[in-house]
Amino acid sequence: MSAHSSDPSQALDAILQRHGRDPTRLLQILIDAQDIEGWLPAPLLTRIAGALVLPRARVEGVAGFYSFLHTRPVGRYRVLFSDNITDRMLGNAELLDALCRKLWIEPGHLSEDGLVSVTTTSCTGLCDQGPAMLVNGRAIGQLSHRRINEIAELIRQQRPLDLWPTEYFQVDDNIRRRDALLGLDMAPGAALQAAVARGRDGWLAEMQASNLRGRGGAGFATAVKWASAKNAPGAPKVVVCNADEGEPGTFKDRVLLNSFADLVFEGMSLAAWAVGASQGFLYLRGEYRYLRPQLEAVLARRRAAGLLGKAILGQAGFDFDIDIHLGAGAYVCGEESALIESLEGKRGTPRIRPPFPVTKGYLGRPTVVNNVETLAKTCLIALGGGEAFAATGTAQSAGTKLLSISGDCASPGIYEYPFGVPISRVLEDCGASDTQAVQVGGASGICLAGYEFQRRIAYEDVPTAGAFMIFDGTRDLFEVARAFVHFFAHESCGFCTPCRVGTALLKGFMDKLADGHGAQADLADIDWLDRLLKNASHCGLGSAAPNPVIDTLQKFRPAYERRLVSLDFEPAFDLDAALAEARQLTGRDDHCAHLKTHEEEEK
Amino acid sequence: MTKQFLLDGQPVPFDDGQTILEAARKAGHYIPSLCWNKDFPPHGSCKLCVVKAAGRHVSACATPAKEGWEVESNTPEINGERRALLQMLFVEGNHFCPSCEKSGNCELQALAYEYEVLTPRFRHFFPDRPVDASHPDVLLDFNRCIFCELCVRASREIDGKSVFALTGRGIGKHLVVNAESGRLGDTDFAATDAAARICPVGVILPKGKGFAVPIGERVFDVATIRSKTLKESS
Repeated sequence: MSAHSSDPSQALDAILQRHGRDPTRLLQILIDAQDIEGWLPAPLLTRIAGALVLPRARVEGVAGFYSFLHTRPVGRYRVLFSDNITDRMLGNAELLDALCRKLWIEPGHLSEDGLVSVTTTSCTGLCDQGPAMLVNGRAIGQLSHRRINEIAELIRQQRPLDLWPTEYFQVDDNIRRRDALLGLDMAPGAALQAAVARGRDGWLAEMQASNLRGRGGAGFATAVKWASAKNAPGAPKVVVCNADEGEPGTFKDRVLLNSFADLVFEGMSLAAWAVGASQGFLYLRGEYRYLRPQLEAVLARRRAAGLLGKAILGQAGFDFDIDIHLGAGAYVCGEESALIESLEGKRGTPRIRPPFPVTKGYLGRPTVVNNVETLAKTCLIALGGGEAFAATGTAQSAGTKLLSISGDCASPGIYEYPFGVPISRVLEDCGASDTQAVQVGGASGICLAGYEFQRRIAYEDVPTAGAFMIFDGTRDLFEVARAFVHFFAHESCGFCTPCRVGTALLKGFMDKLADGHGAQADLADIDWLDRLLKNASHCGLGSAAPNPVIDTLQKFRPAYERRLVSLDFEPAFDLDAALAEARQLTGRDDHCAHLKTHEEEEK
Repeated sequence: MTKQFLLDGQPVPFDDGQTILEAARKAGHYIPSLCWNKDFPPHGSCKLCVVKAAGRHVSACATPAKEGWEVESNTPEINGERRALLQMLFVEGNHFCPSCEKSGNCELQALAYEYEVLTPRFRHFFPDRPVDASHPDVLLDFNRCIFCELCVRASREIDGKSVFALTGRGIGKHLVVNAESGRLGDTDFAATDAAARICPVGVILPKGKGFAVPIGERVFDVATIRSKTLKESS
């Protein structure tokens, strides 16, 4: 629950003080200030703008960008149901309805007493233990009707979250297969010691020999990124760990941060040693806010052990420390230049590139942005050498990959495989049967049909950031694609025309088909929109947004075609549905209040 | 010898650092734009200037020209995409040209003529965007906003006021003003601000003056946006 201070104005002063009234910390200030009353009233934004000497409109601009910041009142209990396709497959919609019925509220509306609001949010990264929700930012998985009943009761009793049963908040790692990384038992500092012994150049040479490529999905060579930042003029240099794991179906970073945080932070220090960086940020997605206290504790331990701070491991000039910045519900901030904007306290809008962050990143300084898993992997290279690392996996994809497996299988969870593993092997290991399709790489990834299950997880074949969602023969691939289209429309930052309007239009077309008004002409329009989004979008979000539709239209076309009414064109407008509001206002639902029924009867 | 690239097969000279859009226009080749303005760094949001450079789609306004590049701009494929982008801008807002004071002076409308937008093609969103008439001298009609951020940039960088900003996200993105009340009348905005004259569409309009120039004699009634732009760039 919110930390109800006796005096909100004093509470805000303390927050501003803590953040040094630094405008680049605007997002962090807004996140903290929201805890005062649970939302951000207009006068509060005015005060923050005044204290930071920023235009008020800019503060409002930032507050309005992030899903987890509220400029209108929300419930003292804010319930957000995770709405990934895997949550939907586990019946989250029914549970949401049940909770709303029990609390006498409508989804998306604040209860009249201001007690509770219930709505959905994008994937919260608990796909292996869904359906899941966030209550005031705290994650609860394994929802069932029984648990929903209990939660409704707890909310009605206004029981503080700290007094809710602790097992609700238990998040399991569900590690099912360990390889080099998850099997590593490393004393904190061991990898850093090995790298420091090699010298900065020697360590970078090991990285080059390792052929490590970014685990965020794009697969850019990590050593090339590091070398570019190292050689870029300007200081102080910055290392950012991208823990904005927003790709639907991905949760490997959650597990790494929960149980392998030392490897991640050590990887950041290794990057700092290579590029000569002095400042580090962990950009933690808002959905994982509950991990923050334990991550701060790990950082404190590392500082005490001399692994962070001044003259690390006794090396004069090796000064580096890490600050945790929270996201607030914006998938687009996983894009590195949008992430940097967000780190600077702005709206998370992707920048024009070039210049790339390695030369002009955070506050214009050379900045390395790496994925959580990429950074953790650098420990293996520091310990075992670059060549040994390069010898594993495939020729173009060295090392192992963590897969976040969810959907229709017996054992969802985290699986670590050497690159090159065939899809069929993964399906067998996780106990999937009658598999119709696998979505690899999340919503922006690729949908594989049965005839492609011999393909391999590797940059040269099926690249992935780690999501692996399984759909058996009972699933409707049209609904899968529609869920992802809704996701992209919700997460578009709105900067460029094709993505802002295109994702909303695509959503409209998919809903039209779902409502039974689709025609052949719509498939042609969908096709055309897909291409425009791919070609003309400003960043990867927009160009990836049509992927689920392109793939499923190509591989599962009957799922679309059987929804079409056999006409060339069919309007989306439904005259009877348009009267719904009038019916609600007049309290009528008899057959005369329905247009079609009325007409049909006359016939 | 000056460097050059090929635009639709024709050589275009450029100086280092010059963008495709600037070099093309200077050489007399039209590439459309809405959010670009010579007084500000490239923005790259409207995407009207999309071209295909060396096989890749890029924003001509934000992409520095490169020696030897082959750039496609005035092709059926690219013009088709531009038409679709214009249609998107029309359907996401509420644009009723016949009753708009900006008709004939509006760049969105002029581009729609230029690229032969004959239908809206997509379904209309009909967003609810109330007007703001609180300022004594200036009316804000948000229905027509295309999010080019020219007013945001002009107010911040030329007027030093930051009267405007964007908030919201995705299709819910919208323009706000620098006042807790949300009303322009409560800001320090003045009709003499650069931001008051920069809107390419009909959002920011002076009050007390309407249809002073008759329809038929307005900027784009007497010249196409192509010819006007090229004249200004030469």
